[in-house]
Amino acid sequence: MPDQPSASATQSRINDFVLKIGTVNGTGSASANGLLMKALFRMGVPVTGKNLFPSNIQGLPTWYEIRANRDGYMAREGRVDVMVAMNAQTYGKDLAEVTPGGFFIYDSTWPREKTLSRDDVTVLGVPLAKLCNEHFSVARVRILMKNIAYVGVLCALLDIDRAIVKQLLEETFAAKPKLVDSNLEAINLGWDYAQANFTCPLPVRAEAMGDNSKHILIDGNSAAALGCVFAGATVGAWYPITPSTSLMDGFQGYCEKFRKDPDTGENRFCIVQAEDELAAAGMVLGANWVGARAFTPTSGPGISLMSEFIGFAYYAEIPSVFFDVQRVGPSTGMPTRTQQCDVLLCAYASHGDTRHPLLLPADPRECFEFAVAAFDLADRLQTPVFVLSDLDIGMNDWMIPELEWDDRYRPDRGKLVGPKELADMEKFFRYLDRDGDGIAARTLPGQDAKGAYFVRGSGHNRYGGYTEDSAEYQDVVDRLMVKWRTAAGLVPAAKLRPADQPTRVGIIAYGSSDGAVNEALDRLNEEGLGLDYLRIRAFPFGEEVRAFLDSHDTVFVVEQNRDAQLRSLLLVELGASNEQLVPLLHYNGMPIPSRCVEDAVRAHLDEEVAA
Amino acid sequence: MTYIPKPRIDLPTDRINAIGLRQRDYEGVLSTLCAGCGHDSITAAIVQAFWELAIEPHQVAKLSGIGCSSKTPAYFISGAHGFNSVHGRMPSVATGALAGNRDLTCIAVSGDGDSLSIGFGQFGHVVRRNLNMLYIIENNGVYGLTKGQFSASADPGSKAKKGQVNQMQAIDPVATAIALGGSFAARGFSGDRDQLVPLIKAGVRHRGCAVIDVVSPCVTFNDHEGSTKSYAYTRKMSHKAVEADLVPPAEEITVSYADGDAVRVRLHDGSTVLLRKNDPAYDPTDRSTALQYLEKHRARGEVVTGLMFLDETLPEMHDVFGTTSAPLAETGYEALVPGKEALAKLQKKMR
Repeated sequence: MPDQPSASATQSRINDFVLKIGTVNGTGSASANGLLMKALFRMGVPVTGKNLFPSNIQGLPTWYEIRANRDGYMAREGRVDVMVAMNAQTYGKDLAEVTPGGFFIYDSTWPREKTLSRDDVTVLGVPLAKLCNEHFSVARVRILMKNIAYVGVLCALLDIDRAIVKQLLEETFAAKPKLVDSNLEAINLGWDYAQANFTCPLPVRAEAMGDNSKHILIDGNSAAALGCVFAGATVGAWYPITPSTSLMDGFQGYCEKFRKDPDTGENRFCIVQAEDELAAAGMVLGANWVGARAFTPTSGPGISLMSEFIGFAYYAEIPSVFFDVQRVGPSTGMPTRTQQCDVLLCAYASHGDTRHPLLLPADPRECFEFAVAAFDLADRLQTPVFVLSDLDIGMNDWMIPELEWDDRYRPDRGKLVGPKELADMEKFFRYLDRDGDGIAARTLPGQDAKGAYFVRGSGHNRYGGYTEDSAEYQDVVDRLMVKWRTAAGLVPAAKLRPADQPTRVGIIAYGSSDGAVNEALDRLNEEGLGLDYLRIRAFPFGEEVRAFLDSHDTVFVVEQNRDAQLRSLLLVELGASNEQLVPLLHYNGMPIPSRCVEDAVRAHLDEEVAA
Repeated sequence: MTYIPKPRIDLPTDRINAIGLRQRDYEGVLSTLCAGCGHDSITAAIVQAFWELAIEPHQVAKLSGIGCSSKTPAYFISGAHGFNSVHGRMPSVATGALAGNRDLTCIAVSGDGDSLSIGFGQFGHVVRRNLNMLYIIENNGVYGLTKGQFSASADPGSKAKKGQVNQMQAIDPVATAIALGGSFAARGFSGDRDQLVPLIKAGVRHRGCAVIDVVSPCVTFNDHEGSTKSYAYTRKMSHKAVEADLVPPAEEITVSYADGDAVRVRLHDGSTVLLRKNDPAYDPTDRSTALQYLEKHRARGEVVTGLMFLDETLPEMHDVFGTTSAPLAETGYEALVPGKEALAKLQKKMR
């Protein structure tokens, strides 16, 4: 074993490592990676997986990063302990990424270039292609099994329970037992080779711990789709776009499962694949207008196209729910990379004076909860509501506490008047605010001629009539601002994580940055640097956000975009000062690592002390 | 689109229909279009058709886009909910509305700018989807509200008010609808209410997307010498290919026709559309014949009118999707939510 240094040279890392696998997309590596992730999960190890994939179907480099962490940190950390390099195209890049003391596993069927070596990294060659070519006869099977074989290698090296892997295979291929056998053969090929040629396990390894039975592995899009089902959404209109597509796929799948009429087999849902995003938005408005809860999942480019209808819905006050699973912009940008770059776009989408509630989920659990909340808020406020997820939350596998549901929940349909209420009214006026909260009652088509009104995007007065009268126009748009203030008290409040000791230094973050911030704060805390942390969960900002800004001199604002978009909102909407808000930005398209937050805070505070 | 309520005048001749409503109950507010506008005649035809069909006003959803034509839903059936959407996007709103409540009787009014330029995509796709709606295009060949630019339906050689001659090809919504696989394509003329009212009635009763292109002269910007969308030109060059009558389910068809003169098409609601052909060789149930016929007469500068194509067998959107027959908007929440136990069971597979 010439390549492998003694175990003592590497620091032992049990249930605390990052495993990264580089493959070629379209070779079936996703199932191999899923298998590894689930096996660790079933061993009770907190685990998270990030799929770093290209905008392509077959032939380009793709990576999967698994972080196992006994303390439950879910963010990317910024290190790589074990790299499995299955793609010769990216050997150099992959090797360079390994943290000193780490391990580099590659397919040694073919010779590796001499230049590709590092003194501080242990390189382990496994002739995976050769092993599979000798063992399997069908070409496609050889390619697929090469990936399963590295699972076997990793089971040996990282001490992952092979019995669990077997169980997982049996569950996956319950209908095709033959596949279980061939997969197990591939696992054993890798396992046997590793056992025969390396000292197994490595100092970096897994160990059964705790109990994950109250947790699940799920991606945010699936969770949001479930939220739509539980909220009672019946109409989904969409145009396919990465990374939101799996949200509608999820909705379709769950509807097929839960929404088939048991007697007739008919669907209690209607999903329309629109001709474009403009039409998808129009369909959402049409369905909500008649009283069906309707939504569309999309990403930034889709929001750009939908903006015309978003402004219409704002002004004509039509409930509607938009999921923006954000990806890297501007323009087409990088469709398979993550960012939080649509905050300003969505907050003020469309021409004229417009403003929209945004919900900012931090993980799949909140995708589920906020999906339900979004429909309630849209109906209550009669306005477009945005759920701003991102590719990291939407498409990656997260370990979260089980989703919970209270069967007593009933949708809040807001101020909806039907024939019964209309009978008691002398006359119905669509835009008349009778309660002073800026919200007028609405009626639904198909119920009563007395409630009939004309929805229009042109100037209208409080009675619903067309107007070009200045005072009548202003009366309506001023009421919309009253409604906006009502919204601030209804959206999910920001969450405070106070420091151990009182401090005048704070940090604000939202969405998928939460995990990285929490981990960074723990590390800084160990160094005696305590920060108050406010996680913003919605726009418009509630009073708690203003209070937080008022009680801190320096506030870091962590965002995954270049232009510090949420910071702009804080400056504009709450009148915070430029000096007070320190932007902490990460926008290269990869999920923000905890190191990035930790280092930036430390550097800034050191600088302040020096100054 | 100023809002002027229409004075109600009780006429002794005003009859009541099967549900006890008078024709004026199907009217809306006073039109603010130019005096003599073809659109107002179409509005009158819609009022008459809906009154004759005795449809409950509140069961009607009336939609439109933007433009002169799109103002008109305010001028009919004031007891119906209306949706004046954005330019060229009415078909998507109609799709959503009918996705949510399939029981609504949907009538949409658009124009040649709204449907053949900015909304050409949505027009094409709603036809393809065969949404169960009546889609009227009030076609005058110009942009009226912006003062007389050519639209995409202006014929090559047609002269604008200021003298320019259009040299680009015209988009014919009837031929387009047929070519796109539409199930109902008709053309009328705002100046011929006797022909138009039965077309509208057949379109309402048809199960699927009924497209009716109505030549509707713009008296202000496109009714001059040299225009091919003027009253004079349309009257002179109109070629009635096929007349349509809607015979309700309960009524017997008493008149008999010689073989080849009439085609009967039974609609899903049990009524019958009787297509009386002026040209025995023409078959309004055959897609390629219809297209050939339109092209032949177009080349002669003729305006072919009538119910040009009808296929009642095509599935409408909900047939394709297998949607439940009860409107989704009226489906109780209990029938939609899987519940706590189902969620717990589902999550067992996520471990």
